[in-house]
Amino acid sequence: MSSDIFFYIFAALTAGSALAVVFTKNTVAAALSLLVSLVGVAAIFVLLDAFLLAALMVFVYAGAVVALFLFIVMLLDSQGGTRKPFKKATLFSGFVALLLLIVGLASFAQRGAQAAIVHEVPAAAVPVGASLRAYGEQLFTTYLLPVQIVGFLLLIAMLGVIVLSKKFEGLGDIK
Amino acid sequence: MFDFYFDLPHWIRMALQGLAVMLVMFPIAAACSMAERKIAAWIQDRPGPNRTLAPILAWVPGIGFLQRLGIFQLAADGGKFAFKEDAIPGHVNKFYFVAAPIIAMIPALTTVVAVPFGAYIDSAGKLVPIVLANVDLGILVVFAVSSLGVYAVILAGWASNSKFPFLGGIRASAQLISYELSMTLSVLPVFLWTNGPLAGEPAGFTGSLNLARVVEFQSQAGFWGGAWFIFLMPLSAFIFLVALFAETNRQPFDTVESEADLVNSFGSEYGAFKWSLFYVAEYAHMLIGSAIFMILFFGGWNPLPWYTLSDLAHHLNFAHLPLVMGVVGIGIFIGKVLAMIFFFMWVRWTLPRFRYDQVMAIGWKKLLPLAIANLVAYTIGIALLYR
Amino acid sequence: MAVIPVERKPLTLAERTYIPQIVGGLRTTLKHLFRKPLTLEYPEQRPALPVGYRGVPTLVKDPNGREKCVSCQLCEFVCPPKAIRITPGEIPEESTNAHVEKAPQAFDIDMLRCIYCGLCQEVCPEEAIWLQNQFSMSGYTREEMVNNKAKLYELGGTLPDAHFKWDKKKAAEEHGNAH
Repeated sequence: MSSDIFFYIFAALTAGSALAVVFTKNTVAAALSLLVSLVGVAAIFVLLDAFLLAALMVFVYAGAVVALFLFIVMLLDSQGGTRKPFKKATLFSGFVALLLLIVGLASFAQRGAQAAIVHEVPAAAVPVGASLRAYGEQLFTTYLLPVQIVGFLLLIAMLGVIVLSKKFEGLGDIK
Repeated sequence: MFDFYFDLPHWIRMALQGLAVMLVMFPIAAACSMAERKIAAWIQDRPGPNRTLAPILAWVPGIGFLQRLGIFQLAADGGKFAFKEDAIPGHVNKFYFVAAPIIAMIPALTTVVAVPFGAYIDSAGKLVPIVLANVDLGILVVFAVSSLGVYAVILAGWASNSKFPFLGGIRASAQLISYELSMTLSVLPVFLWTNGPLAGEPAGFTGSLNLARVVEFQSQAGFWGGAWFIFLMPLSAFIFLVALFAETNRQPFDTVESEADLVNSFGSEYGAFKWSLFYVAEYAHMLIGSAIFMILFFGGWNPLPWYTLSDLAHHLNFAHLPLVMGVVGIGIFIGKVLAMIFFFMWVRWTLPRFRYDQVMAIGWKKLLPLAIANLVAYTIGIALLYR
Repeated sequence: MAVIPVERKPLTLAERTYIPQIVGGLRTTLKHLFRKPLTLEYPEQRPALPVGYRGVPTLVKDPNGREKCVSCQLCEFVCPPKAIRITPGEIPEESTNAHVEKAPQAFDIDMLRCIYCGLCQEVCPEEAIWLQNQFSMSGYTREEMVNNKAKLYELGGTLPDAHFKWDKKKAAEEHGNAH
């Protein structure tokens, strides 16, 4: 099946460029690998008929977020440098994260096998035009609370950035 | 007589259609560079490039007119760019330096897939838009893909490894992201409006960001149905227009290229064909941007407000000929887009450039609040309208 | 000195949006768009040169076809960029102009050096060197850009001259009072 071939191509592209993000020493090359990786994810979304997610992925992440990353990386102009040895806490938390990832993937695969819906998703049965409306409705009904919470978290992060970057000396500076 | 075409495999037909659109778009984008020079000249009371003529064509009667229009200058420039030595400076990052102009071309020529550019009436009497991929996400696809265009400029600026191109790349990334917000917010009222029921449509309509539907909405019967969105939402159109100027790096928002303070910015280290690719990409962006503007606010392929393409086809009696109607629709649409391109150039040779801090102040402090206020006002209005 | 404080009026809302000004500018440029070009199409159309135009320096002959230059070398000395080189010489015996004056054997003006200041014309006692209307000099080599004597006379031609100095001098010499 041709979409399978495309899946393997884009999966390899996504995973490969994701590895490149971690392993390359050139920061600009890392940011660009991230871009390729995100475009690969968007392509996989397209293969899954999730066109809206694909478009949003490209628009928000590939189009704006990575551009901001590049912007910062270029301003900092850091070229590799020496790599510090990992701390013990870092190694430990990395190990825990790896375990969690494995457990998560395993449970995902098992549940997928149990439900046996992998090849059962009827692509044609989901009206493509409805996806956007359905997405909007879900966002404002079922998932309203998570959306609000995420929005609130982002707001906190933004305030934090403002406080950190402004360098307030005393209370008098806050106006 | 076109049966053989419809017997071809689907993907070959798609590839042919894509190629055909590119073969129209690429020369128009290239010709825009000549139009730019001619309009600059006319506005400055000069004749502009009017000398070049291939000697083997000199005997053709009436060719002097084309010569005066500078058509052959364009061909000569293109030939020059193709055969010039393609120098790569020694201090650049070669891979990204070569990749940047190629990356510039990709979004410039890809966005066209979601843009409808004409319509015809099929045998069932239904108006069918002519578009490469009639996707529901229309405007979102265009925005998403064209937002990738910034990478070409950033990469070119960074890979050139010198100061002016670098500054240009930084400015480009900041400016494009800043104005993308206002642009997206300004078109939302249009899509809120077009998600209302069309005349004769069942109430349970589906949500859609389709661009052809926007044109369909502006081709309805009646005074409010036939009104172009420029009359219904002038403020949205204005915000979109300003953001479009900023997104395509045109005057008065030309802080990215700005010859006066950044030499040629990201193009400084480029020459020959790679340099010209950047400019073709820039004009292709302008073409797509103008096309979107025409579709959203100026009725797409409808010749006049309150007078649709179908009306024209019925009056002139070619509604039963899909081919003629398609060509007329595409012709009207391209004409409108070119008029918009003329407006771009007209503004360029009228206004001076904003300073970079002014560009940022306009974008964040004026345009964005205006766009949000506009969105809120229209949301309330449209909610009341469709209640 | 009296200082008059001028109140600067705050911009109105319309002015702060720039839009009326932009529309005004667009109107101006649109007017120019349809105006006839003010430029000349150069090789075919030539500009009307004003009287006293200082073009390429040339040597002129008097109405009788004699060369007026007497190779006094004043122009060579006055020339600020040292563009002029004169090799003075006698006029050969058999010439009808013999014994009257000297004449340059060679007269070169290097047009790559000439700054068109007109001092040579001003200093010339014989009114032999003139900056005329020729303004376009071009060549492919440095040698081409040096005007030799033949070229200078070709460019200069004959200017009307009311003095007929040579005739008077010759007549005076024949009468025996040379000076």
